[in-house]
Amino acid sequence: MKKLINSAESLTADALAGMAAAHPDLRIDPRTHVISRADAPVPGKVGVVSGGGAGHEPLHGGYVGRGMLDAAVVGEVFTSPTPDRILAALRAADSGRGVLQIVKNYTGDTLNFAMAAELAEDLGIAVRTVVVDDDAATGTPDGTPGRSAGRRGTGATVFVERVCGALAEQGADLTAVADAGARVNAATRSIAIALTACTVPAVGRAGFELPDDRIEFGVGIHGEPGLRTEPLRPASEIVQDALAVLLDQLPPGDDDRTIVMVNGLGATPLLELYVVLNEASAVLRKAGLTVAHTLVGNYVTALDMAGVSLTVCRADERTLGLWNTPVNTPALRWGC
Amino acid sequence: MDSELTRAWLLNAALLIEREKDRLTQLDLAIGDGDHGVNMQRGFSAVAAGLAEPPPAGTTAGQLLVTAGTTLVSTVGGASGPLFGGAFRALGKTLDTAAEPDDTRLLADGLNAARDSIQRMGAAQPGDKTMYDVYGPAAEAFGHALCDGAGPRAAARAAAEAADEGVRATEPMQARRGRASYLGLRSVGHQDPGAASAALIFQALATAMEAQ
Repeated sequence: MKKLINSAESLTADALAGMAAAHPDLRIDPRTHVISRADAPVPGKVGVVSGGGAGHEPLHGGYVGRGMLDAAVVGEVFTSPTPDRILAALRAADSGRGVLQIVKNYTGDTLNFAMAAELAEDLGIAVRTVVVDDDAATGTPDGTPGRSAGRRGTGATVFVERVCGALAEQGADLTAVADAGARVNAATRSIAIALTACTVPAVGRAGFELPDDRIEFGVGIHGEPGLRTEPLRPASEIVQDALAVLLDQLPPGDDDRTIVMVNGLGATPLLELYVVLNEASAVLRKAGLTVAHTLVGNYVTALDMAGVSLTVCRADERTLGLWNTPVNTPALRWGC
Repeated sequence: MDSELTRAWLLNAALLIEREKDRLTQLDLAIGDGDHGVNMQRGFSAVAAGLAEPPPAGTTAGQLLVTAGTTLVSTVGGASGPLFGGAFRALGKTLDTAAEPDDTRLLADGLNAARDSIQRMGAAQPGDKTMYDVYGPAAEAFGHALCDGAGPRAAARAAAEAADEGVRATEPMQARRGRASYLGLRSVGHQDPGAASAALIFQALATAMEAQ
């Protein structure tokens, strides 16, 4: 294992200290690993909080700022934060109008966030939860969750955080913000392909073996193996197959406009991500969809995994309007 | 179940998990993300640190177990923290509140409460390839042994054996809960890491009983 770390144990704390140095406009608590806006809680605004294991940067801390999250809480690598720390994030974000927590659908995250919500309710903080579950690799062809653990939460998290953050910034109430999050999640699907496995620092070796001429189809964002391994082929063919699975599960909508994210999983050159976007645009056009906005880059990573995830969000007028409002975070910034 | 035995149990469990950390990680690498051993070790070493000194006089077994459970919830992370921590908390609360006068019978009730806590939080069913496939048979074996006239030691040994059998039984199962479930059929042929940790906890209980 080759990593720029001091030790696996100190990795998250060291990185958060660096993040604090890079972003003096964020408040970072070294004890709870909560990253919050310096002006949180923002008076009169519904709080928007997310969190999860480390290793997905810039998710979630990179999305703290005006127009997105009020606070994010980071666990150990690929491990949900604990309820007491999530509670610290909820408290940091609550101005009295309640807090929406955005949770990726994994057993650990949903359990810990549910416990934290109970603790917060005990303190008189109103909490609503949106569980993000967009990964088409873990759904069935008709779009319903295929196994009892349900679809994993992946790329759609960025979309839900952006739209909920935008709506909260406009002064919407907790129910409206939660409903918007659920709506965006329901209209979004993702699929991911890995070229290499990633290495969890505390483990010290790659999560699975993949020969040079094979890819892993349908991976998640925790370095676990995917649905199957396949031969490596030209990007056009891989993207076509990936989007076939994704579009099969994308719920129908009245609007043909979409927001598309081509996301590097941590060790993929931007050059290749643009190749993927080019192929994806062609496939989506053929499917009768319009690409209204794109994100190309590293937004939801899996440590040093090479590979790509594709996320397609059916976006109506409301969603597009919120998407375009100003946002000012370390990893997503426009209009300000 | 007194506080001295409880302390011995938890310290035994911490030792076993420390010793088996790499094997747990190995199991998790096959069907999860490979951090189970590290997370459990972090949690149980925090529990052990809290028990370095014998507890103050008057501390009940139930209080020790609830504290250990709370420590696990706030140190393990992932799903294992709430699930294992919640199980210890449920056990501890039962020991402290139930009206059962027979101490061993009370422990049986407590183990059932731990099992139910896992089932409720994880929404797991038997055969889902989870820690419930160990807690279920182990709690049952403990209760059956008592009904057959066994003492606490023999009952704890029977529970540990049922737990080991439960881990082995997870190998041919297809995971339907937790991260391993995303692998579908590829999860078959591997023992469940959470179940393996659960078996160590029952192993530690039997050893603590026998050393008394």
